Amino acid sequence: MAPPITRCPRPPPRLPQRSGQPSRGGAGQWVPREVAAAGRPLRRGRAAERGAGRRGGARRTMAAATAAAAPGRGRRGAPMYSKELTSKKRDEFEDILEERRLSSDLRYAMKCYTPVIYKGLSPCKPNAIKSAVLQSEQVQYVIKQLAKEMGESSDIIQEEAMEILDEMGHNMQLGAVRFFAFTLSKIFKQLFQRVCVNEEGMQRLQHAIQEHPVVLLPSHRSYVDFLMLSYLLYTYDLALPVIAAGIDFLGMKIVGELLRRAGAFFMRRSFGGNRLYWAVFAEYVKMMLRNGYAPVEFFLEGTRSRTAKTLPPKFGLLSIVMEPFFKREVFDTYLVPISISYERILEESLYAYELLGVPKPKESTSGLLKARRILSDNFGTIHIYVGQPVSLRTLASGRINRCPYNLVPRHLPQKPSEDIQEFVSDVAYKMELLQIENMVLSPWVLVAAVLLQNLPAMDFELLIEKTLWLKGLTQTFGGFIEWPDNLCAKKAVMSGLTLHSNIARLVDGHVVLNDKGVEDGAVGEIVFKHALAILMCATYRNQLLNVFVRPSLVAIALQMTRSFRKEEVYNCFSFLRDVFSDEFIFFPGISLKDFEEGCFLLTKCDAIQTNQQEIYPTNKGSVIISFLSTMFRPFVEGYQLIFRYLAKEAKEAFTEKQFIPGVRNFVFQLLEKGNTQCYEALSSDMQKNALAALVQLGAAKKKKMSNGFTYNVNQEAINKILDMFDARIPVQKPVAARL
Amino acid sequence: MAAAAEEAAGSGGGGSPSSARRRLRIISGHLRSSPRAPEREALSLSPCKAQGGSTGPASGSIPRKRQELLKWNGWGYNDSKFIFNKKGQAEFTGKRYRLGGMVLPTFKEWMEKTFGASLDHKTTSRATLNVNDVPPSIVKEEFLQDLRATKISYSQDAEDRVFRAHGHCLHEIFILREGMFKRVPDIVVWPVCHEDVVKIVELACKHNLCIIPFGGGTSVSSALECPEEEKRTIVSLDTSQMNRILWIDEKNLTACVEAGIVGQDLENQLAESGFCTGHEPDSMEFSSLGGWVATRASGMKKTIYGNIEDMVIHIKMVTPRGIVEKNCQVPRMSTGPDIHHFIMGSEGTLGVVTEVTIKIRPVPEYQKYGSVVFPNFERGVACLREVAKQRCAPASIRLVDNAQFQFGHALKPQVASIFTSFLDGLKKFYITKFKGFDPNILCVATLLFEGDREKVLQHEKQVYDIATKFGGLAAGEDNGQRGYMLTFVIAYLRDLGLDYYVIGESFETSVPWDRVLDLCRNVKERIARECKEKGVQFAPLSTCRVTQTYDAGACVYFYFAFNYRGISDPIHVYEQIERAAREEILANGGSLSHHHGVGKLRKRWMKESISDVGLGMLRSVKEYVDPNNIFGNKNLL
Ligand SMILES: Cc1cc2nc3c(=O)[nH]c(=O)nc-3n(C[C@H](O)[C@H](O)[C@H](O)COP(=O)(O)OP(=O)(O)OC[C@H]3O[C@@H](n4cnc5c(N)ncnc54)[C@H](O)[C@@H]3O)c2cc1C
Repeated sequence: MAPPITRCPRPPPRLPQRSGQPSRGGAGQWVPREVAAAGRPLRRGRAAERGAGRRGGARRTMAAATAAAAPGRGRRGAPMYSKELTSKKRDEFEDILEERRLSSDLRYAMKCYTPVIYKGLSPCKPNAIKSAVLQSEQVQYVIKQLAKEMGESSDIIQEEAMEILDEMGHNMQLGAVRFFAFTLSKIFKQLFQRVCVNEEGMQRLQHAIQEHPVVLLPSHRSYVDFLMLSYLLYTYDLALPVIAAGIDFLGMKIVGELLRRAGAFFMRRSFGGNRLYWAVFAEYVKMMLRNGYAPVEFFLEGTRSRTAKTLPPKFGLLSIVMEPFFKREVFDTYLVPISISYERILEESLYAYELLGVPKPKESTSGLLKARRILSDNFGTIHIYVGQPVSLRTLASGRINRCPYNLVPRHLPQKPSEDIQEFVSDVAYKMELLQIENMVLSPWVLVAAVLLQNLPAMDFELLIEKTLWLKGLTQTFGGFIEWPDNLCAKKAVMSGLTLHSNIARLVDGHVVLNDKGVEDGAVGEIVFKHALAILMCATYRNQLLNVFVRPSLVAIALQMTRSFRKEEVYNCFSFLRDVFSDEFIFFPGISLKDFEEGCFLLTKCDAIQTNQQEIYPTNKGSVIISFLSTMFRPFVEGYQLIFRYLAKEAKEAFTEKQFIPGVRNFVFQLLEKGNTQCYEALSSDMQKNALAALVQLGAAKKKKMSNGFTYNVNQEAINKILDMFDARIPVQKPVAARL
Repeated sequence: MAAAAEEAAGSGGGGSPSSARRRLRIISGHLRSSPRAPEREALSLSPCKAQGGSTGPASGSIPRKRQELLKWNGWGYNDSKFIFNKKGQAEFTGKRYRLGGMVLPTFKEWMEKTFGASLDHKTTSRATLNVNDVPPSIVKEEFLQDLRATKISYSQDAEDRVFRAHGHCLHEIFILREGMFKRVPDIVVWPVCHEDVVKIVELACKHNLCIIPFGGGTSVSSALECPEEEKRTIVSLDTSQMNRILWIDEKNLTACVEAGIVGQDLENQLAESGFCTGHEPDSMEFSSLGGWVATRASGMKKTIYGNIEDMVIHIKMVTPRGIVEKNCQVPRMSTGPDIHHFIMGSEGTLGVVTEVTIKIRPVPEYQKYGSVVFPNFERGVACLREVAKQRCAPASIRLVDNAQFQFGHALKPQVASIFTSFLDGLKKFYITKFKGFDPNILCVATLLFEGDREKVLQHEKQVYDIATKFGGLAAGEDNGQRGYMLTFVIAYLRDLGLDYYVIGESFETSVPWDRVLDLCRNVKERIARECKEKGVQFAPLSTCRVTQTYDAGACVYFYFAFNYRGISDPIHVYEQIERAAREEILANGGSLSHHHGVGKLRKRWMKESISDVGLGMLRSVKEYVDPNNIFGNKNLL
């Protein structure tokens, strides 16, 4: 199995001691970061170094890793997130598989692995960490509390805590890491054509890891995400992260154990009520972080996004990793947004089934083995963009002034103040928006977006033309398109079609969706098959949506209000933004800024002209406006369908389990009858988001019951929202003071 | 310029050989009871009689013409300073201190290495005060007439006024060297007793003047600076001539002392009767009893003797409302909130403290220094925490971090027995005992034990035993003694630094035990970062020590200095960084101040520190006691 651990033949290179630590041997000349960097080149094997050398001159050198964030003043309204609207420079990519194809995987797996470590670190074995967690004041406090409350001896609870730790704790072993390095090399080479990484990002990460505790925040589209990230860090000789992964992995016994040894740690998906679990878990994460044992990695989205659209962030883990800074147990913490984009997502069809309500197979080792047949397939290129490390201290400066932790011992569990909760939420959104900014968009994403507007069939040449047009628009909107320089549009579209032949194909000069078996079969089955194809295709279009959402909502608002008055358009925009607040990622509380951004981008592409009071579409703008609103039509229509269902059919109180099949049937019937073409309304993701939107708009109430949540809707309120959609009544929103 | 109207007799100097010897004793911490040479006669003009019979001739070390004895643009005595001699070696001049006349061979290198400073790059302070730059003295004739009638000595001389326009903050010294204060007192008065003060305050109320009490002038909180916008005549009320011990009560072990007495005189004079107060702030050569009360001072031996609030039995203060005092001198009373606590820390905003009854103790039979080396700062703090837990802290226990340890090292003189022996000892230690101690990480605790011989030795053992548990190794008496010396000469070092583009300052805080390490680390890191951001070319010296232990926490003291070459507005940069450091302290659960006080320097954080209501409580006291803001130095509130 795992190859034995080899001893490192040469002493690990170290960066020169930085002078920033006055307590250690006094001071000296500042060592500029760049120089420090030169002290230890980022290494990825010799071939890569040669490659880098060749291109060295032409490459941009990145500015030193300073926090990306401008400190926000005050509370919301003057947000710490402000998007740069001018085109930004991005790093270039390197293919890490290129070298894997050239040299021995075994040697690679056995290479000298001596990651740089956090400056203040004293190395520690996993077991020592576990016992430190168990003995920590934090955990001991909760153990004593529980013992008192339950009248049990604290020994018993202590044991329970130990079990939790065992279930959870990582057990990183170099052997397992090497085993993974070896197997993953093999597997990745099979699956993917290229795995592209921005090396400057890795370089920045290397510095960040030495300077302060680091939290890696990758986007989550696939199980491949965290395997790939660990693989990447190993490749660049960086410390492997400990990963907060969902506990359903534990179903896969062997793989689960292997993952654990490779540094994953596991967290129950829901442990709301279990104080002991929470205490142990939180302390474990914080212990890793405070002492800088390893970067902590988790997914802000909480779970894999089945739609390839960024999910609204979860705050629990984020607030745990931020706490050591709030309590000043660490000087700072780096948050590193990482965008992982797949040209073709491994789980794409699985997701589509799942969204349509076909139950998801429980992750089991045998399931994964079956997935082996996937290995014969081609999944194109992965792009991993490691963003600028964001200093939490910089984000917090001016934001968290009062010191809420000064008056209570730091080990006591304490509910974060509202201020802090708001701050955590802002940071979460900011990080997701940064992920989105650096998410690579492949040509196929553009093709899918065009195609979905031109069903059932589209002329190939026209598709190419439109795709090129959309490329320009996407770039205007700040989208990050990787379009190989030398590739003509035709080839790019063709190669997309080839890679995604399971979704679309070329028939007689026309491109059609690949919904085989639709011709014959019952109506129901036809609808289902068609829905499947559309949802799969939509997964790729979806990758554009967060880039397009602001100008698009302005476009839709223009159409809905049929007015040129800025104020009215803004009110409608703001309404739509609220409705879709779970569907797309908006930084909280900056509706007006989002509106202005949308207008700015539309002006930039000559779609509209604005003055103080009014917005006019230009002549040539109508094409853009209609494209943009059509792009989002599935959501506008889908939400209306779902709302209509709720307004009419929903029972007094219902659970999500009842709601999903109900609304699915409702939409299904409409589709069967041909009363709607909105297949995407079948997506359980959209259904859940729509329900959540109603809760947020106050048209539905969510109550926690013993068996989960139940919902109550207010029919009247929903009807009013529906009326607003139909523009039967003007959108009622408090008018913003000044536009 | 108006000259001093009435010169009191005897403008004598404190620079006699005997006082030099005395200084030496203080610095080395040995307070022996030796007869004082009567240097000055009693002030002939003094109309006051000590109530209980004075314990000897009332005269102090500090003359009215301070500039005759003390530097006008720096710290301490004119004759004592660090210089680089012709060979380019650092040397300490004068005979007052143990270090006097000694050469410090490694200091130059340390300074170059630590600050990137160079002897080639020198700044020079202006040589003398330019009297023409000094804002004119504006005093109404009516007041002067009334004042003359009281026979209280006063001066409108520019030098006298500038000398009382500042304390010892960096920016104040910088202004003296290179600029001029926008506002200085218009007149200096020298009351010699309580009654004089009453008269002055009455006159101030009558003529609507602003009074700023001046004690030893060692303030490090901008407390003595005159508010620029003050339009009224500013009277600097110099208490230095109210410096008698009025009586000593051996039965109750108390002494009643005039508030202007400076620390060294108080201890020396008490020592003549075999007593001491044990209050030894590092500024004790110059700071005054009244100043201590007004700032809530803390002395190095507080573990045995307590801080000023623990020592004071009775305070008499003259306010615009009248005199505030109690009806008895008792150890404790339950009569509502203790009015002493309105006075202590009032920073000259309510009135003038004139007489203080303070606890005294017999001079200890035996004193012993000591030191312990720890493998790192964390272990050292853990040890101090344990010592505090067991409540067995010696008279003083301080833990210096590695940078300060090295700093201390750089001050080792070439000659002088105790130092060489220490050095050799240390070298030997490195080879033998210190194996496994990284000289760039280790840190040192310095100790001072006091009491009767047997108990001291017992106590010493107890503390060393605890230290051993935390990996500490005893490192000799001399090392300890040197540590304490450092704190006395460091103020002189700043003046040297200023000559070579190095500016520095100290600041302090108090913090719960569990946050000590985090606070120290974060504040140092914050300073380093801020320096870098502000364009400081060389990494700063930012170092700390734990100077006091309490049951629930500790006092932490920071030094911070940097080379400002290449920076156009060093003081502004310095202040921004100090401010950031204070923000960091507060965010780490530290206090706004443990003993330096608030003054005007730290006012902006008062509300955050004591809440709106708390601030309102203080304000309402001020409003009642001094409705016309006669004591208008604008400190605190
Ligand atoms: C090198 C150095 C070391 C120091 N070490 C210590 C230390 O170890 N511990 C410590 O606590 N502090 C220390 N300090 C700070 C300073 O010495 C103290 O704040 C001291 O108490 C000030 O006393 P002073 O007599 O010099 O007062 P001043 O500096 O003259 O005045 C300070 C404030 O008190 C007011 N004041 C003075 N006298 C009276 C009075 N009689 N009645 C009413 N108000 C009055 C003044 O108006 C002013 O606001 C140090 C300062 C320096 C420069």
